[in-house]
Amino acid sequence: MERKPLALTVLDILSALSLLIATYLALFYAPTEAVMGAVQRVFYFHVATAWVGLLGFLAAGFAGVMYLVRHDLKWDVIEGAAVEISLVFFFIAIALGSIWARPVWNTWWTWDPRLTTAAITELVYLAYFMLRQGIEEVERRARFGAVYTLVGAVSAPVTFMAIRLFRTIHPVLFGASSEVAKGEFSLAPGMRVAFFFALFAFTILFVDLFWHRIRLGRLAARVDQARLQAG
Amino acid sequence: MKPRAPFLQSVWAILWKDLAAELRSRELFSGMFIFALLVIVIFNFAMELDVATRRSVTAGVLWTTFFFAGTIGLSRSMAMEKDRGSLDGLLLAPVDRAAIYFGKMLGNLLFMLLVEALILPLYSFLYNQNLFNGGLFLVILLGSLGYAAVGTLLASMSIQARTRDLLLPILLFPVLLPLVIGAVKASGGYLSGAAREEILPFLNLLLTYDVIFLSISYMLFDSVIEE
Repeated sequence: MERKPLALTVLDILSALSLLIATYLALFYAPTEAVMGAVQRVFYFHVATAWVGLLGFLAAGFAGVMYLVRHDLKWDVIEGAAVEISLVFFFIAIALGSIWARPVWNTWWTWDPRLTTAAITELVYLAYFMLRQGIEEVERRARFGAVYTLVGAVSAPVTFMAIRLFRTIHPVLFGASSEVAKGEFSLAPGMRVAFFFALFAFTILFVDLFWHRIRLGRLAARVDQARLQAG
Repeated sequence: MKPRAPFLQSVWAILWKDLAAELRSRELFSGMFIFALLVIVIFNFAMELDVATRRSVTAGVLWTTFFFAGTIGLSRSMAMEKDRGSLDGLLLAPVDRAAIYFGKMLGNLLFMLLVEALILPLYSFLYNQNLFNGGLFLVILLGSLGYAAVGTLLASMSIQARTRDLLLPILLFPVLLPLVIGAVKASGGYLSGAAREEILPFLNLLLTYDVIFLSISYMLFDSVIEE
């Protein structure tokens, strides 16, 4: 039996603590936004969860390339872990975004580049798991998974650009903003602290979950092997 | 070991094999064509295609029809290879794997274009709308090329999975979205006689999509069929 590494336990505690602090900062420390009111507080976790989704997306693409180059099943486990985390966190980001959008945009959903790309990426990931489920052979499943991850990784930016040819109303807080964006606000100093701390906390959470999930994948592979030997 | 056959010659041989098989059985083409026809009939009743609506939705109806019919063609053409064991034969032949990809891709593209060439006049006939438009033909060529490029890659994965026919549209449609946007917008632009500057971004999008997905499918095809 492989023992749980001490560093992982430390990381568990660290991510729980920083999440608590981030929650406090977002709900109590940051000033209330003048126009939107309390619902703007959703934003801190909305961006942070989308950030984790993006990290998972990038990690999955990287692991896909590595698998096709090295043919080492280790990268398949990493890829699966990244896709799973990304799937969950993009979903949370979309749900939080909708809660914010209902009062501010006056609609739960709009076909904006960010929203649509996130939703399409979710569909790509669901397709990814369906593909994997349909293949029993371990090596082929890993190969197809990597290929489809790459196709998805390439298509996401193209999808984003394609929808951008339509107009967008998603606010851009950093960098150039669009003239038609609705619900923009500037970050007051207190908000900035809450925002960056939330990003930090969720990044730690990402590393922690990623590690756990990779470890789980490795253990599951060992169970499968042991079962094959026994039966 | 025999030297590898020249690239273009192998592509042509694989394409010719598909055409010859199709000329004998005609099951792929007739399946796609009749299905496309049915989709148009269903659209007519689902959307009340009167004169006013038609103007705005023709491009969308056409592309939905092409894409749906295309999925049938894609899974059939790859399943044929798998079920009759001819894929193993192809893999054993001393040809470049890329030649297999381009041969199958061109075959799929050709069948799609054939179906489209028949559907266009039929649509014009049924709805009294002139679809004879050089720009539209260009969009159809670019759109179908991108479709066949990704479709051939994904279909060769889906037929090796347990869920096969069920899996192909689920794998294919999410990555197809940019193509849908480009194709529908550009076709709609040409049909409504929009200015060139309005259509150009969407033509560029189609072109970009084709280049990107042809190259990535070409690079990844090796990993999909290696046994």
